[in-house]
Amino acid sequence: MRYNRTSKALVLSAALALTLTACGGGGAEEADETTGGDPSKVITANSTEPQNGLLPANTNEVGGGRVMDLLFTGLVSYDIDGKPVNELAESIETTDAKTYTIKIKTGQKFTNGEAVTAKSFVDAWNFGAAAKNAQLNSYFFESIKGYDTVSAEGATEETMEGLKVVDDTTFTVELKRAESDFPLRLGYTAFYPLPAAAFEDPKAFGEKPAGNGPYKLAEDGWKHNVQIDLVPNADYSGPRTAANGGVSFKIYSTFDAAYQDLLANNLDVLDQIPPSALQNYQDDLGDRWVNQAYAGNATMTIASYLPEFKGEAGELRRQAISMSINRQEIIDNIFFGGKQIAKDFTSPVLDGYSDALPGNEVLTFNAEKAKELWAEADKIDPWPADKTFTMTSNIDGAGNKEYIEAMANQISNTLGIKAELNPIPTFKEMRELVVSKKLTGASRAGWQADYPSLYNFLGPLYGTGAGSNDGDYSSKEFDQKLAEGLAATSVEEGNKIFNEAQQILLKDLPVIPLWYQAVQGGWSDQVTDVKFGWNGVPVYNAIVGK
Amino acid sequence: MILFTFKRFLQLIPVFFGATLLVYFLVFATPGDPIAALSGGKPMSPAVESALRAQYNLDQPFWVQYFLYLKNLVTFDLGQTFSGQPVADVIARAMPVTARLAVMALAIEAFFGIIFGVIAGLKKGKLFDSTVLVASLIVIAVPTFVLGFVLQFIVGVKLDWAKPTVGSTAPWGDLILPATVLGLVSLAYVLRLTRTSIIENKQADYVRTATAKGLSRRRVVMVHILRNSLIPVVTFLGADLGTLMGGAIVTEGIFNVPGIGNLVYQAVLKGETPTVVAVVSVLVVVFVIANLVVDLLYAWLDPRIRLV
Repeated sequence: MRYNRTSKALVLSAALALTLTACGGGGAEEADETTGGDPSKVITANSTEPQNGLLPANTNEVGGGRVMDLLFTGLVSYDIDGKPVNELAESIETTDAKTYTIKIKTGQKFTNGEAVTAKSFVDAWNFGAAAKNAQLNSYFFESIKGYDTVSAEGATEETMEGLKVVDDTTFTVELKRAESDFPLRLGYTAFYPLPAAAFEDPKAFGEKPAGNGPYKLAEDGWKHNVQIDLVPNADYSGPRTAANGGVSFKIYSTFDAAYQDLLANNLDVLDQIPPSALQNYQDDLGDRWVNQAYAGNATMTIASYLPEFKGEAGELRRQAISMSINRQEIIDNIFFGGKQIAKDFTSPVLDGYSDALPGNEVLTFNAEKAKELWAEADKIDPWPADKTFTMTSNIDGAGNKEYIEAMANQISNTLGIKAELNPIPTFKEMRELVVSKKLTGASRAGWQADYPSLYNFLGPLYGTGAGSNDGDYSSKEFDQKLAEGLAATSVEEGNKIFNEAQQILLKDLPVIPLWYQAVQGGWSDQVTDVKFGWNGVPVYNAIVGK
Repeated sequence: MILFTFKRFLQLIPVFFGATLLVYFLVFATPGDPIAALSGGKPMSPAVESALRAQYNLDQPFWVQYFLYLKNLVTFDLGQTFSGQPVADVIARAMPVTARLAVMALAIEAFFGIIFGVIAGLKKGKLFDSTVLVASLIVIAVPTFVLGFVLQFIVGVKLDWAKPTVGSTAPWGDLILPATVLGLVSLAYVLRLTRTSIIENKQADYVRTATAKGLSRRRVVMVHILRNSLIPVVTFLGADLGTLMGGAIVTEGIFNVPGIGNLVYQAVLKGETPTVVAVVSVLVVVFVIANLVVDLLYAWLDPRIRLV
């Protein structure tokens, strides 16, 4: 064997062939683009690979959540403003906010042909709660009577005594205590019904779920780490009927790649503009973008176990720190206007939200007052001379490092103390520090609503011993107000009491509210009617091809 | 040569176990709790948490975890991802994509690198030579991610010649742009290596003899200069195949290529040990085999080298 002309010629022709294929690929793409005006257009949207199999009670992140919400439908769904709308529920009735009688519509079925009955709900909820199934969302059922028995480690009991099937279309739910916002929760992923097939082999079902929502999984629809294809479900007859020919979720590992695709009309809907494009996206996209608040916020936790932040001096210090942060400056310079200044602990898209709670001036930048409060705290209990105020954050998330460093500068300029970012490389390390209560300073936090309710921003975060109460905040007065709000017989009455509870938080500041999250998204010139919902997720079923 | 090949394959065994042990330990030693991250900051009931820990053996000490992993490995069970997928399936889907990307990058760098290198070497000091030298210097100096973003934006978005990202089936056409980016830096090295080598061999005695014998210019260049000049280039290319596959993380990220670079990056962030170990082990095997092929090619290119 020798190197000769023939082998060289072969390589050359191979390379040429490759180049030609490339041109061919580009041409086909353009042809696709000119066939606009198709009502059966399949919408392409960005997503991430679902972390788990597609089971309602095991899906707790957006990658799986947005798919689940299209594949399934529950008793209620949320409209674009977060108002619950009946889907499968005929009626949800209660007299004491403790026992609910739920009637469901007849004639609905799963895509595998099985009818949706009261049992589909009760079995699915029991499955989600039982310890042996180890479902991530199991705590969502904790309000239901009998949850503690089925969720205890090694429990053999698998049905909650609070759930009773009355007949095919009726079941009752008994809660441990009155909770007026329980009906608001029923649109959340964890509360979807499941067909019997799901319990026989949950793992296989999670790969190819048979749901009852506006879409169903296409044949071999879930190509792991690459794409998830959904097609409209003809049997669905609720308020979220598909206006397009299907949705294909492309899995992206970076938003930068997705944004380039959007610019090239290779992707129809993008629900997060990458930080690198925040400055220019409005120019790049013409009128094809949104910047709107959604039900999420960013805060900074100052744990109650930090010695410098206990007692009366601690309270003054928390207020001083809050007032030394110029939120608007950070929003303008680091997020290019992509957030809204926080006025409370919840979110402006929620029913019952108020931007005028008494005491919320503590969330407004006021350098003079901050200095004053800090000096007062020092009189009671002096700040250790060489102590640095640290703010812990994972820095693998986009923009975290920049804004916390900016806050550190503001705090140290205003209060004259040393303040700095305590960078943690990854989210998992950060969570371990927070969960094991090993923080030595403040830490980055935030909340994204599971369902549109004020309580969802308060109870799980600041109730004594609550699941996400990372800072170990505990106030009898606050717990009392929460309980009162939950016992209210109407949502409006409850919201009024929850806002009173917030006034206690504004004084104690277990966390320092920073800003409300807003979604910055965009869409291609191939689609119209792109709207983003209360939770920042595009309303996929309403998108139409041009 | 057969014995030589066989011996080299035997060497794979200790290398493989060493690599798995090392990588398993490294992932184990990274701080952070993968299960806490799975819950994403939302509460998790203690029963669920301990069930998950038991499922992935995270409640066991390191040696037990590693031993259990090896035990499964012997039966070709590479373990499961946190989403319950068999790791073997995940890799089987991602590997061909990365392999295709790397082979294309290798083809591009070898083809253009050697051709330009030969021309530059033969025309040392001329305009073409200087231009190519400066261009390759720029390519080497600019980081891959900059090259990637710039080419993606110009070719993919502005000119619309190719899609900015790779489609779901990762067709060859879509991979040309990422493969070019991936291979560009190595192309510059191949070019410079070839050029130097050619310049050196041009002055060799046997080349002068060949020319004096009255052989055609083409034959002198192709057989006497090029073949002898290729030995260092082949070494570089062989070792580069492994580097390209393992080093595709940045390129795969920019162009959203569903390959192993992307896979291992996500797995490292999540602390998903089985995936990381499996991918790295596969890469180790690729490296070893690529090196073996290089050694075999040596003997073919230069009969003076004998393999024992």
